[in-house]
Amino acid sequence: MKNIITIFNREFKSYFSSPIAYIVIGLFLVLTGVFFYLLISSFMQYSANLQWQAARLRQAVPPVNVNQMIIRPLFSNISVITLFVVPMITMRTFSDEKKSGTLELLLTSPITTSQIVIGKFLAAFSLYIIMALLTWVYPLVVILFGNPDVPPISIAYIGIIGMGAASIGIGLWISSMTENQIISAMGTFVILLFLWLVGWFSNFTTGSIAGFFKYLSIIEHFNDFSKGIFDTGHLMYYISLSGITLFLAHQSIESLRWRS
Amino acid sequence: MIEINNLTKRYGNFLAVDNISFKVEKGKILGFLGPNGAGKTTTMRIITGFMPATEGNVSVSGFDVIKEPLLTKSKIGYLPETPPLYMDMTVDEYLQFAGLLKQVSTKKIKSAVDNACLKVDIKDVKGKVIKALSKGYKQRVGLAQAIIHDPEVLILDEPTIGLDPIQIREVRDLIKSLAGNHTIILSTHILPEVDMTCDEVVIIKNGKIIAQDTPKGLAKKMKKSSLEEIFIDLISESKSEEK
Repeated sequence: MKNIITIFNREFKSYFSSPIAYIVIGLFLVLTGVFFYLLISSFMQYSANLQWQAARLRQAVPPVNVNQMIIRPLFSNISVITLFVVPMITMRTFSDEKKSGTLELLLTSPITTSQIVIGKFLAAFSLYIIMALLTWVYPLVVILFGNPDVPPISIAYIGIIGMGAASIGIGLWISSMTENQIISAMGTFVILLFLWLVGWFSNFTTGSIAGFFKYLSIIEHFNDFSKGIFDTGHLMYYISLSGITLFLAHQSIESLRWRS
Repeated sequence: MIEINNLTKRYGNFLAVDNISFKVEKGKILGFLGPNGAGKTTTMRIITGFMPATEGNVSVSGFDVIKEPLLTKSKIGYLPETPPLYMDMTVDEYLQFAGLLKQVSTKKIKSAVDNACLKVDIKDVKGKVIKALSKGYKQRVGLAQAIIHDPEVLILDEPTIGLDPIQIREVRDLIKSLAGNHTIILSTHILPEVDMTCDEVVIIKNGKIIAQDTPKGLAKKMKKSSLEEIFIDLISESKSEEK
């Protein structure tokens, strides 16, 4: 455990000693903020129309579902933006160590490869959780000025965090295979994009193939979370994907010993 | 202290290290010489547990590096040819990190860093970011990282490469001062350095040992006064044999 904490501390601090953490968090908050603003604007316009129509027809204003109109699309947007920022978090995890030669220090120290992989994963995941939780300000605004159901918001966050863990696992695995940070980021992005688009492919196929594509899609599993439905099957998908990719990252680092 | 038996390393069809064996006694300095591509770095990487051998075995303090990797790694300090430095860290942060990696306890880490800094004379740059240091200082930080946990064995791969003559002398004096408490394998191209620091010399070429003796013993055998002449003679001899 001590070794994992040592790796975690160095890795986590390194995000903040370079501009990466600030750029990633800033970009993420700007993009999610823009979408939140657009959602609030269209919601305001919609409710104003409803009020105007109700006044014209001298009827009561019909109730509006804030969760459906703001919260759910907001989390869908956050989940998609996540796919773009995760490669920026993970691109240097192993690539940079390989390029600068510091991986030799780690691999000749009395620690195991699993401890290195877990330490690095936890550092990237912690940065991701901080970034994701900073978006609490948007639902908070809705809670302060509206009347949304709060439990679905918490469930959506579980989905965001689960999806982040799986995406970071993929990023770590790709980073362990190259010493080029750009290739690492692009490779991670392509795989995440595939796991996003594969859900759409299911619309053009039928039967078990459609089911398989749907199961593979990282976003399809998030949809229930964004609706406030907690399904352990979806959570298991994220946990399994994280486990598999971390195992692959471990094997990729171990194979360096045999190939180098 | 260090025992290498019938060590062979193949990369596909390429034979990088060909059945080499040697021993280094406790507290001695062994000069590990050879032209570029002779297999020095590969051998050192196998000793440090960075990579496994294809055949043969290496033991450090009686423990096999493959069977007991964590135990043997904790006994070894290793300075690779390119010092493994995190450029964004300060010297102090880096050495604390390296010390913790090498199982120095959190209680003792500050004194371990201070001792290492004192030994390699980098106390004045302790608070500086590594990126801002000169090459000589970076090399010393790399050396401090290797000795931070007071290891029984030190493996130094070209520790004086790229340094100016004054820095070379300083690093040489430092290595000499470390002998006795540490068993050292030193790889270098600067032969007068070996003459002055090493108790024994192993010369390899194309992965094979072509000479193994004390510097004086080699001089006597080869009837040459300097190790530089001996080295050049041995390398050119083996070249002509190959032809």
